[in-house]
Amino acid sequence: MNEPMIELKNLTKSFGRKNAIHNLTLTLPKGKIIGLLGPNGSGKSTLFKLLNGLLEPTEGELSIEGMKPSTSTKSIISYLPERTYLNEWMKVYEIMDFFADFYEDFQKEKAYSMLEKLSIDPKASLKTLSKGNKEKVQLILVMSRRAKLYLLDEPIGGVDPAARDFILSTILNNYEEGSTLIISTHLISDIEKIFDEVILLKDGELYDYAPVEDLRERSGKSIDELFREVFRC
Amino acid sequence: MPWNFDNSIPIYLQIMDEIKRKIFSSELVPGDKLQSIRDLAKEANVNPNTMQKALQELEALGLIQTERTSGKFVTEEETKILQLKEAYIEDKMKPFLTEMKKLGLTKSDVIDRITRCKEENT
Repeated sequence: MNEPMIELKNLTKSFGRKNAIHNLTLTLPKGKIIGLLGPNGSGKSTLFKLLNGLLEPTEGELSIEGMKPSTSTKSIISYLPERTYLNEWMKVYEIMDFFADFYEDFQKEKAYSMLEKLSIDPKASLKTLSKGNKEKVQLILVMSRRAKLYLLDEPIGGVDPAARDFILSTILNNYEEGSTLIISTHLISDIEKIFDEVILLKDGELYDYAPVEDLRERSGKSIDELFREVFRC
Repeated sequence: MPWNFDNSIPIYLQIMDEIKRKIFSSELVPGDKLQSIRDLAKEANVNPNTMQKALQELEALGLIQTERTSGKFVTEEETKILQLKEAYIEDKMKPFLTEMKKLGLTKSDVIDRITRCKEENT
């Protein structure tokens, strides 16, 4: 329990001459819901991809439960990417089967009950669903796994405000106790009440990492207001 | 139904206030059992860690107690509840009275207006 979930040491990722992530050192604990916040281009998605082993660090190190990104870390990470990777021609139930085949920890009953609550027809093919409903299907897939680390890259961007609350409670009710959840988002005011801690990234560097209640107490402001202040253009 | 929160104030403080209100208004009475942290967190739509922090603080105040295996209960010490209720009322009155004072109202002005308000409402 005391072993950290994630350790980053002087992590740098550059694309050509540009540093997307620069010299990031950070230790993240287990059992927390962490907001990953930063303006566009601050390195949020790059960090997720590094954690997932989709990108190799240029310099520095990272580990998840003490392991380097590999097939064994992938089996404990449930990742919602910023873009969809699902096949448009597949039907929702086929995707559910696909996930159940792929991941041992996928809980099919859980997924179906969430589909029902969000009134998504399992027989519909993905291409007939609206953008928001596609996002919901993806989130259901990701949250139906019994993972140790959930990485959600902009999970509610395309979803209407009424469904957002439902999705937040879906996230809260389905993440495994003791596991860590990292959520990147621009819709801070909608999500901030479920965060334990936030990471603020600025130009690929760590601007702050603190418990949200401390930030509120210190500033008398919401995280959303603080963000607007720190990153004023 | 999720509880309403003001994001600029620590959420655990608002949860504490909500539970205090329930106890002070006798919606929850001494000896009542609270729901589990996870259920309460679900109801309020907040992180279980935040709910736990709020309950810990309420326990430190002496408003609730943990029985080792059976959960959390509202304290049976009614004097404690009354005492904390007094403090709570004072806390809520203060900003209002300060505001009225700033507007130049004396204590008797305020009392006068409160009585009139009441008459209008009945």
